[in-house]
Amino acid sequence: MSEKLLEARSITIQFGGLKAVDSLSFHINKGELIGLIGPNGSGKTTCFNMLTGVYQPTSGEVFFNGRVINGLRPYQISHLGMTRTFQNIRLFKELTVLENVLVGGCQQISYGLAAPVLHLKKFFEQEKKLTQRSLELLAIFDLEKKANDLASSLPYGEQRKLEIIRALATSPQLICLDEPAAGMNHHETHQLMETIAKIRKDFNLTVLLIEHDMKLVMGICERIIVLDHGVKIEEGNPVLIQNSQKVIEAYLGPEGIQ
Amino acid sequence: MKIPLLTLLGALVIGVGINFGTDAFIQLTLIYILINMILAMSLNLVNGFTGQFSLGHAGFMAVGAYSSGFLSTLIPPAEGPLQILYFLIYAGCGGLAAAIAGFLVGLPSLRLRGDYLAIVTLGFGEIIRVILLNTPSVGGARGMYGIKGPADWTLGEFTFSKFLFGYAHAIFWVIVCFIVIWRLMRSAHGRAFLSVREDEIAAEAMGINTTSAKVRAFVLSSFFAGIAGSIFAHYSNYLNPASFSFNRSVDAVIMVVLGGMGSLSGSLMAAAIITALPELLRPLQQMTGVDLRMVIYSLCLILLMILRPKGLMGNKELPSPWGWLKKKGAQHE
Repeated sequence: MSEKLLEARSITIQFGGLKAVDSLSFHINKGELIGLIGPNGSGKTTCFNMLTGVYQPTSGEVFFNGRVINGLRPYQISHLGMTRTFQNIRLFKELTVLENVLVGGCQQISYGLAAPVLHLKKFFEQEKKLTQRSLELLAIFDLEKKANDLASSLPYGEQRKLEIIRALATSPQLICLDEPAAGMNHHETHQLMETIAKIRKDFNLTVLLIEHDMKLVMGICERIIVLDHGVKIEEGNPVLIQNSQKVIEAYLGPEGIQ
Repeated sequence: MKIPLLTLLGALVIGVGINFGTDAFIQLTLIYILINMILAMSLNLVNGFTGQFSLGHAGFMAVGAYSSGFLSTLIPPAEGPLQILYFLIYAGCGGLAAAIAGFLVGLPSLRLRGDYLAIVTLGFGEIIRVILLNTPSVGGARGMYGIKGPADWTLGEFTFSKFLFGYAHAIFWVIVCFIVIWRLMRSAHGRAFLSVREDEIAAEAMGINTTSAKVRAFVLSSFFAGIAGSIFAHYSNYLNPASFSFNRSVDAVIMVVLGGMGSLSGSLMAAAIITALPELLRPLQQMTGVDLRMVIYSLCLILLMILRPKGLMGNKELPSPWGWLKKKGAQHE
């Protein structure tokens, strides 16, 4: 089980004079659930963007399944099996719930331009298969009844859920969740925890999680990486993190300890 | 394939009726409506469905028109009923030339978004016009003469008119354009286009090659613009760079916006209305002696945009008349 799925080797990104992330190294084993935490502006989302190809690191390398993925476009990285959700929900708002999931499953489509235009058999077969699978995915999360609603018409919690479903539709090995509990109340967060545990088991997933909700992070993560000002200041299991001087200092300031 | 063929057949029967029931002026307007329908639908693919703002549609139309017209001076069409085949081939070549131009323009410029893309495509449209204006071999500012168009064909007592051939040619391409875009939008390719419009970053993260999706939409759109140009070239037998000015691009954009971004049936309606309205207002000009046409035309546009800000159809489609007929039939049984 200790095979490395993702490895970052001293990745750095510089925006002008600002080093948003500074020689960050970490790895994720297959099947792990890792939390990435840190105060606001510590470079968590920037780190995600580097891993998923939205930003290119100024230096350093990212390995996925033993392969360097620096310089690949986000869609190529997605094809390799790493997908993500977004901090500020980025659903396809004017499309239906089902269509959102269908877009996520686009990698299962192999027909060209001619098949849909000429209504070839291949087109109907693949569309049927994909639709069926997408509906099954929706059913797992109790959203199949809303399959034909517009994505923007869903309540907030379900939009978050739909984003996770859409990411799952790409059949990933590693899913990066960017603050999935943001704006959720206690009850919804609890449900989300169960959902994450469930998808991890059912889909045999590795999960990388950014989250501010400490209850959620401490409750489900096996290992936590703490960032502050773009630098990794601590890494370890939840108990170790909770008792770490450095972490407390980063969150509360030096005075906070006294 | 049954429904498209039936539609084509029905349209041809209507065409025969128009041929005998109306005069040349109405017939010409009708051909222009069909040409504009193709322009509007193809531009809708880029501006409406894929969410990119192109302002150079007339440029691609010009490429199609000139290459197709030039081809007809090299290889003149046969006489008689076979001429329609020639026009289909000319149109195909014109469309192909425009598609190549679309690819060359699209590949570098589709990295830009919104206003920037609009300016690049606008610039491209003007470049094409200026090149044509300064190329003596296609007539330069004088325009291109001698383009072969549809001709009358007499069979015994019965005459198939020039209009009938032109109409058949145009309506064929309208249906092809409609079917291709309609079906494409209901496939994974269409969903890729839509996802690019909705959120490019999310689309990339879901594994969609957004550059390729945008270029595909742009090339297909240019192809049909070239077809529209070809129909225009052969029906009017004469081309002038001034016909492909910025105004024509804007007209196409107006049709797309008025019909509704992302609605093919809206584009069809808007193309018909915008082409016919100035002509329908002509009697008013004769009565009053003042040319109020453009004033009323622009008032209509303003009113429509106030009353229906998302266009006539928004992003909805009209229900299919065939589906409606089927339902009615089922009720009677």
